[in-house]
Amino acid sequence: MNPFTYSSATAVEDAVRDNASHEGAAYIGGGTNILDLMKENVARPTHLVGLNKLPLTAIEPTPEGGLRLGALATNADTAWNEEVKRRYPLLNQAILAGASPQLRNMATNGGNLMQRTRCYYFYDTATPCNKREPGSGCGAIGGFNRIHAILGASEQCIATHPSDMCIALAALAATVRVSGPNGERAIPFEDFHRLPGNTPERDNNLEPGELITGLDLPAKGFEKNFSYLKLRDRNSYAFALVSVAAALELDGDTITDARLALGGVAHKPWRDQEAENLLKGQPATPETFARAAAKVVESAQGYGSNNFKIELARRAIVRALKQAAEGSQHASDVFLNSNP
Amino acid sequence: MSTTNYIGKPTSRVDGPAKVTGAATYAAEFHVPNMAYGWVVSSPIAKGRITKVHADEVLAIPGVLEVFSHENVPGLAWFDRNYKDDVAPGGSPFRPLHEDKIKFNQQPIALVVAETLELARYASSVLRIDYEEEAHETDIEAKRDEGFEPGRGKSGWMPPPPPRGNPDQAWEEAEHHIEHEYVHGAQHHNPMEMYGATVEWRGDKKLTVYDKTQGVVNVQNYLTKIFGLSKDDCRVINQYMGGGFGSGLRPQYSVFLAVLASLELKRSVRVTLTRQQMFSFGHRPHTLQYVKLGTNPDGTLAAIQHHALHETSQFEEYTENVVNWSGMLYQCENVKLGYQLAKLDVFTPQDMRAPGAATGSFALEVAMDEMAAAAGIDPIDFRIRNYAEEDQNAGKPFSSKRLRDCYHQGAAKFGWDQRNPQPRSMRKGNRLVGYGMAGGVWDATQKKAAAKATLTADGKLLVSSATADIGTGTYTIMTQIAAETLGLPLEAVTFKLGDTDMPEAPVQGGSWTAASVGSAVKSVCEAIGEKLLKLAQKMEGSPLKGASIDEVEFVNGQIRLRQDPDNAVVIRDVLQASGETKLETDTSATPNLLKQATHSMHSHNAVFVEVEVDEEFGTVHVTRVLNAVAAGRILNPKTARSQVLGSIVWGISMALMEETVMDHQFGRYMNHNYSEYHIPVQADINDIEVLFVEEEDDVVNPLGVKGVGEIGLLGVAAAITNAVYHATGKRVRDLPIYLDKLL
Repeated sequence: MNPFTYSSATAVEDAVRDNASHEGAAYIGGGTNILDLMKENVARPTHLVGLNKLPLTAIEPTPEGGLRLGALATNADTAWNEEVKRRYPLLNQAILAGASPQLRNMATNGGNLMQRTRCYYFYDTATPCNKREPGSGCGAIGGFNRIHAILGASEQCIATHPSDMCIALAALAATVRVSGPNGERAIPFEDFHRLPGNTPERDNNLEPGELITGLDLPAKGFEKNFSYLKLRDRNSYAFALVSVAAALELDGDTITDARLALGGVAHKPWRDQEAENLLKGQPATPETFARAAAKVVESAQGYGSNNFKIELARRAIVRALKQAAEGSQHASDVFLNSNP
Repeated sequence: MSTTNYIGKPTSRVDGPAKVTGAATYAAEFHVPNMAYGWVVSSPIAKGRITKVHADEVLAIPGVLEVFSHENVPGLAWFDRNYKDDVAPGGSPFRPLHEDKIKFNQQPIALVVAETLELARYASSVLRIDYEEEAHETDIEAKRDEGFEPGRGKSGWMPPPPPRGNPDQAWEEAEHHIEHEYVHGAQHHNPMEMYGATVEWRGDKKLTVYDKTQGVVNVQNYLTKIFGLSKDDCRVINQYMGGGFGSGLRPQYSVFLAVLASLELKRSVRVTLTRQQMFSFGHRPHTLQYVKLGTNPDGTLAAIQHHALHETSQFEEYTENVVNWSGMLYQCENVKLGYQLAKLDVFTPQDMRAPGAATGSFALEVAMDEMAAAAGIDPIDFRIRNYAEEDQNAGKPFSSKRLRDCYHQGAAKFGWDQRNPQPRSMRKGNRLVGYGMAGGVWDATQKKAAAKATLTADGKLLVSSATADIGTGTYTIMTQIAAETLGLPLEAVTFKLGDTDMPEAPVQGGSWTAASVGSAVKSVCEAIGEKLLKLAQKMEGSPLKGASIDEVEFVNGQIRLRQDPDNAVVIRDVLQASGETKLETDTSATPNLLKQATHSMHSHNAVFVEVEVDEEFGTVHVTRVLNAVAAGRILNPKTARSQVLGSIVWGISMALMEETVMDHQFGRYMNHNYSEYHIPVQADINDIEVLFVEEEDDVVNPLGVKGVGEIGLLGVAAAITNAVYHATGKRVRDLPIYLDKLL
């Protein structure tokens, strides 16, 4: 860990200004990831701008009939928010599938989007990693890649985004509100995170100094037919090998709207709109689900230790869609996702 | 002790309040004045040579005191024997900062010492070190054909017995036979508390060393031999330990480095390791096992063959008893056991809970399940048909063995009769259900140990021994034994441990502490009792006059005649009447070798498991475990149960989660943290139950205790593997059973 300075901001503009005035500055919210990265000598900020005093903890309705999640509301407060539980139970389930109660009590919504991959090589400075040190190579390709990507990876990087919450946000088509040196803007969730390509060091499309202020959920919450299914190596405090956020709108047995996003399989939360289109207008049957699943994994590629994820993802998609269609998941079933 | 007041009664930990309130101080928590902080720099390569340590660059940072490396370490003891600790395996022990050679990844290659921890950490992160890398070999698969039989093992290791009967021919001619390979990767101990030492510098070559260790005496011997210190001036203390599991049997490099820095800087120094560095030393070795079994038409075993090959370092020959158990757990006339090591560019493996047996019993007990299935016999029935009435390896009867009762009582309580023997035949909702069982055997060992007791005029008893309590309950059972022996209330007894100023005790390992230190505590309290009786008989009008020690008993704070309990004196009054302020004595207890030589002494267990498997995903849920344990007398059913519960959780971990994964490109363990090296969390653990089948045994030691630290782990991973087979029809022979192995 390198020496750094710290300041605490009370207004968004001050935070942005403070950040811009320090070369190599970083924001810190709950600190559940950046502190680890600093201790591992992976992140070396010269200055930290503390965000926890910013007035961004509210969870409140939007004029469009949706819900705005303050960037500094904790993951726990968000998951257990009455409106989230009632209208967006998919989000509740996804958040509760992640991390541990202690971490969720500290971690913020903005920070959840900003957390970095848990690739072993990214964390270990004794090994090469293009994301940590561009041009140094990728240790995971040809190495131990059990937790790595099967979709959208590149020759530079096969890391995955580790979030559960973000998979639900992708499925729900949230909007990310940011504030930066050049003012405010809104980024559709799907455009927020990036694929690695030749610039794996960039996880997302934020411009330098930009700060997430909130997440807007659209009015439609798929509160009747949803599923967040997470498969992992232990029942809690483990990142997804594969996770699936499935949300359906049904008219009788016919699917009128569908959302499908996967975690643990790509450098970003992996929403597949082509697969969603294969579901829309179709009967909610195993055959329909299988077609959508086949579409998602059509372009999947394994790297050795993670080859199994392709078949696992296919099966998980079918199961999650089935659970969604049955309406068998409820926000109160905290452990449901861990006991598929 | 036919009826007891404390022994055998569930008793809460006497050290519990100190632990949960934070009053218990651990090695790296001691604060001494004017302390400097050391940070260990670990090698990023697996093999090579350090060509330059650019120490001058970080010494320029204000507050950095020194950079220790092979370039500047002073001349220390020269011979290997000085570096050999009391439980070292054969070979040449690793000497930290001794030379420019890098022998394993994460090898400690420098220690940066600074005024603050943060500064030491920062300075070590910018310390430039130049290397010349050499090709390494860390993959045991590449060394399959280069196994060798170890020459000198560590103490307690027994080479496999020579073959008996005609194992090859008997296997060929068997009615049914099987042969398979069984594998598990490296596993690390991962105790919650990381290794660390606080060294208090008390003047020229005088140190008090607070070190996380399972044996303060071992650490003291090690340090005094290397640094030329006198034992009087090198006191080693460790009163509490946040888990050891074998990782603290040998002194860690953290204490070596802290002492080195302290002596050189003439200052108190603390060195703590990071979680990542907890993967830089001993571990349960990656082991390849081959088992061949055959049965006769009547379901008896015609042949047992068990061969193991595991890794060791290039410099030491680590050994553990992997295959020997296969020659003693079942009756069989044709047995062949083999055991080999392969040298890799890794650190020397180290004992990890039930070392060898946890590995060997996994292979043997899965093979037994496969054999039972091939022969069409129920797995319990199969084991009972092949029950060993004597230890055929040693040709001796067991001092006691109620394994048969473990099978029967365990099966009844578990509901084994509900098991449909057909794989894939049981379901719950959309999940497959499986029942599996397995068992194991472990040594009942007593080592020489000493204790001291002081009874003061206020009726309080202080007993001490330089043993350890790594979480096992040592404090509590020793308090119980002392209170029982002298008939004092538990509250009047204090037991202290973990200090080299106390009478010597062996490292805490091998499940031998209850037997060894317990016997010493009993013995020293009996000696106090004899002194008390003499004083009591001098009291005016003493009702005990003329009574021998066998004619009296110590109960309820009194000494009284066994035949006439109304004739009694109060212990507190005895001291007060005598005018003595205290009675004090020390003694040691040694095993009765004459008695023990004619017997084979072991604990046994049988484990029953229910799993549910979601077949589409390969996810395994261990829904029920019952562990029936025969381990002699149970001193404290509460702490003993806790030990077995911990073992069961670890067995679930071993079966489903644990593996330290080496990337052979770099010769480096990659999942070296709690996030990616998985051990179970609460959500993974469901119903677990412990059943003690108590044994009367006056051969093992005067207490009749066999120890429960390790036996509980045996059979758990095998029983889960067998249950998974029963549920799915799929046989996994390499641990852990990751979900993808069942897809």
